[in-house]
Amino acid sequence: MTTEPELKSDYDVAIVGAGPAGLAAAAVTAGCGLSTVLLDENPGAGGQVYRAIETTPVRDPKILDRDYTDGQDLILDLKDTTAQHVRNAVVWSLAQDGEIGVSIDGRAHMLRAKRTILATGAMERPFPIPGWTLPGVMTAGGAQTLLKASGIVPEGRIVMAGCGPLLWLCAYQLLQAGCNVQAILDTTDPAAQRSSIRHAARFATSPYVTKGVKLMAAVRRKIRVITGVTALAAHGDGQLETVTYSAKLGPVDRMTADHLLLHHGVIPNVNLAMSVGISHTWDDLQLCWTPNVDSFGTTSISGIAIAGDGAGIAGALAAQCRGRLAGIAAVRAIESNATGLPDELTVRRDLTHAMRGRRFLDHLYRPSRAFRIPTGDTIVCRCEEITADQIKATVALGVEGPNQMKSFLRCGMGPCQGRLCGTTVTELIADVRGVSPQDVGYYRLRPPVKPITLAELAGLPQTEDATKAVVRL
Amino acid sequence: MAAATKSEYDCAVVGGGLLGASIAWGLAKLGQRVVIVDEGDTAIRASRGNFALIWVQSKGLGMPEYAAWTVKSSNAWAGFAGQLRDQTGLDVCFERPGGFHLALSEAELEARASQMNRLHNQPTVVDTGTVMLERTEIAKMLPHIGPDVVGGSYCPIDGHVNSLRLFRALHTGLAQLGATYLPNHAVTDIRHENGVYQLVTANREIHAAKVILAAGNANMHLAPLVGLYAPMLPERGQIIVTERVQPFLKYPVVTVRQTDEGTVMIGDSREERTTPDGMTTPINAVMANRAVRMFPILGSLNVVRSWAAIRVMTQDGFPIYNQSTSHPGAFVTCCHSGVTLAANHALTIAPMIAAGALDEHALAAFSAGRFTRRPDVSQVA
Amino acid sequence: MFRRLPDKTAAGVVNFTIDGVRHVGRRGDTVAAVLLLSGARATRVSAVTAEPRAPYCMIGVCFECLVTVDGVGNRQGCLIAVANGMRIETQKTRREVGA
Repeated sequence: MTTEPELKSDYDVAIVGAGPAGLAAAAVTAGCGLSTVLLDENPGAGGQVYRAIETTPVRDPKILDRDYTDGQDLILDLKDTTAQHVRNAVVWSLAQDGEIGVSIDGRAHMLRAKRTILATGAMERPFPIPGWTLPGVMTAGGAQTLLKASGIVPEGRIVMAGCGPLLWLCAYQLLQAGCNVQAILDTTDPAAQRSSIRHAARFATSPYVTKGVKLMAAVRRKIRVITGVTALAAHGDGQLETVTYSAKLGPVDRMTADHLLLHHGVIPNVNLAMSVGISHTWDDLQLCWTPNVDSFGTTSISGIAIAGDGAGIAGALAAQCRGRLAGIAAVRAIESNATGLPDELTVRRDLTHAMRGRRFLDHLYRPSRAFRIPTGDTIVCRCEEITADQIKATVALGVEGPNQMKSFLRCGMGPCQGRLCGTTVTELIADVRGVSPQDVGYYRLRPPVKPITLAELAGLPQTEDATKAVVRL
Repeated sequence: MAAATKSEYDCAVVGGGLLGASIAWGLAKLGQRVVIVDEGDTAIRASRGNFALIWVQSKGLGMPEYAAWTVKSSNAWAGFAGQLRDQTGLDVCFERPGGFHLALSEAELEARASQMNRLHNQPTVVDTGTVMLERTEIAKMLPHIGPDVVGGSYCPIDGHVNSLRLFRALHTGLAQLGATYLPNHAVTDIRHENGVYQLVTANREIHAAKVILAAGNANMHLAPLVGLYAPMLPERGQIIVTERVQPFLKYPVVTVRQTDEGTVMIGDSREERTTPDGMTTPINAVMANRAVRMFPILGSLNVVRSWAAIRVMTQDGFPIYNQSTSHPGAFVTCCHSGVTLAANHALTIAPMIAAGALDEHALAAFSAGRFTRRPDVSQVA
Repeated sequence: MFRRLPDKTAAGVVNFTIDGVRHVGRRGDTVAAVLLLSGARATRVSAVTAEPRAPYCMIGVCFECLVTVDGVGNRQGCLIAVANGMRIETQKTRREVGA
């Protein structure tokens, strides 16, 4: 893998995101001799699951074990190829014809690729509870990022809340690091538990079951776990001071806390994909928008594929496989005589194995309605400070979709471009109207999907047609 | 809200954008039973993509009556905003500090001066107080202008408003007045039987005594259904919006304004297109470049979003207001400047419609007969 | 409210300031990470009601970690690695244009 600073204007393949899917895809396409650029906004490769894997100060395998360190292999695979990995490269636009706008070190560049693979992964599902905007409230994934990248952990009284494998893994890692995790407020929905039972047998044969069971047992020995949590709120004057909760619709209890770590699943980070016009469908099991892709990850726009959790949540092992499949498709589309491709059937077999048990997890940890559809003064849009009640009142005015809602209330107009409010707004509107989220739709997203300064934009090439359209003497 | 039990209305307004909402609000205030039939969430919704200017200085070259119509609306705007605030509690932040059109080259300045001269040399045109200013004079009012600004035009009665809040205020006001708003009811046919208009929509049929077409560019295919004519020529424009900053720009410039929320809006472009899709980066680059040349301090601001919208535009750019002779009680209303003219639509046009007839003398210039030189527009439909 | 685990790697130290006060970090730390480590609870205020806010997601998605870095405001702290001489400032008001 080369790190030459000079960015070319044309590549065979451009890959956005250097997590497991992106790294695996780049190894395939570059390994077959296609000119490949891997653009990643972070200082180092690894995405979220393998964050800072090349530079992490955490070397204790009791804290970060093989499931993390094995990610090194993906980087090593890439090192022998001519793939160009560009760090701190923020992709802010993608056009249907394969033109990419990217900012590196404060300068905007346009480049073009014959095939683009989006591997931008997932993000934490928004968890709108009263007080979730208080300093001291963070995502569990955020705590993991601090741990992996810098060996920094929260001090003081930590309360964790939500459901899902990442919550348990994070709790385990923090315990191993000597943190004081006071309690886990488990919001796993009993109805979800019941619906997961029929998938339990298959989960028993998955690659995750042994570790998962051991991990949860270890956590339960040391941390108080309160199950059936049906309500949750964070309180404090300018910062988190207490957490209140009630379990199984019982009375409200409180605990003082310095940190509240929230997690109830991850969902695809759809902004770049949606901004280029890729069609998405609402997945009612995973409760998120998922791009419509074929078995190679190719989207509704030819030349653009999505690999990894961005194509649908399935975990790191599946992400690698899907990255390889997208890479294979890209190579075949550009260089039909290429040699050195991994065997497609082997990759598919690995993918099937990696996907075993996911259905069980999807069912078991499907977040309950109470934590997806907030009420009252709870902030839905953090950027513009719009509440659940405001949104409901606006539906009552006849506003039936998120785009009109955005015009009326400004929700979704802040810098995060709806990443933290979009699914909530869609679900809230659907709930009030009594229709499906699919019928309600989502914000119409357009580039730039990440901030770019006016000066950077101003410095891009000005075409004659564009100038004529603007300067009309 | 949706699904009113009554099926008969005094007025059905087709189109829930700025024009439709303004007229509907004016009608509802006068006690008319109003229904607005609108498209859905992802429809083109052209008037939502406006620059929020209440702009006088460029209006009326080729039709002096348009300048007068614009000044009338500008003068009525403060009262309109006050009525909305009193009724709904929502402040649309109307401001009329005066506005600028800035030139970044001598060629641009000359072209602007020539345009202003031709506009003001038209006999009977109203005086808007627009003046050409040199750079040094502009710098006193716009201290942050960059070295490339050579001069420009200034009109003391130009202004701007929070147009999205205007939408919200109109719809809130409409709900309070008991008007019915029906989204997802795109109109596909209009029949006239026994003095009642039957609107065939994507949902159910709506009956009303009068029908007012305020569907923007779609008026072009709806107008003939009621014996009217509305030739439209949509165009696409792009807008850039930045993050919020502390107030620094008191006066709106026709392509750069700071909103009451602190964000900076930058425009504007014009392409002949009928859909907002396929927004292009090069156009944004040119607009950004010009904005940064006008105000270099804007350079470090982050662009938070950018969008393209379709402009409602009649074939010659001037409004069309007509009532049908073949279909009594049917009206067509189209304009480009839905924000600027909102006060007129709510406070002048709506009362005319409520009373049963447009003042054809006062609005003679805006008849679509001008496109065909036939006063009775129904002969063209 | 955060602490650093013992670090046996030789990643190198970085010197920077937070609101004028000198701090030391590890090469590879992000601006958001060092802010949290420094004990800062709020690192900016919200755009509409000026409520205190702090980094939330740490992966560049939530835009809560906006801080001023070397004089330039509203930069996502979780995506910027600390560098020697860097001036980090928390944001107590809306950004000034030209800053």
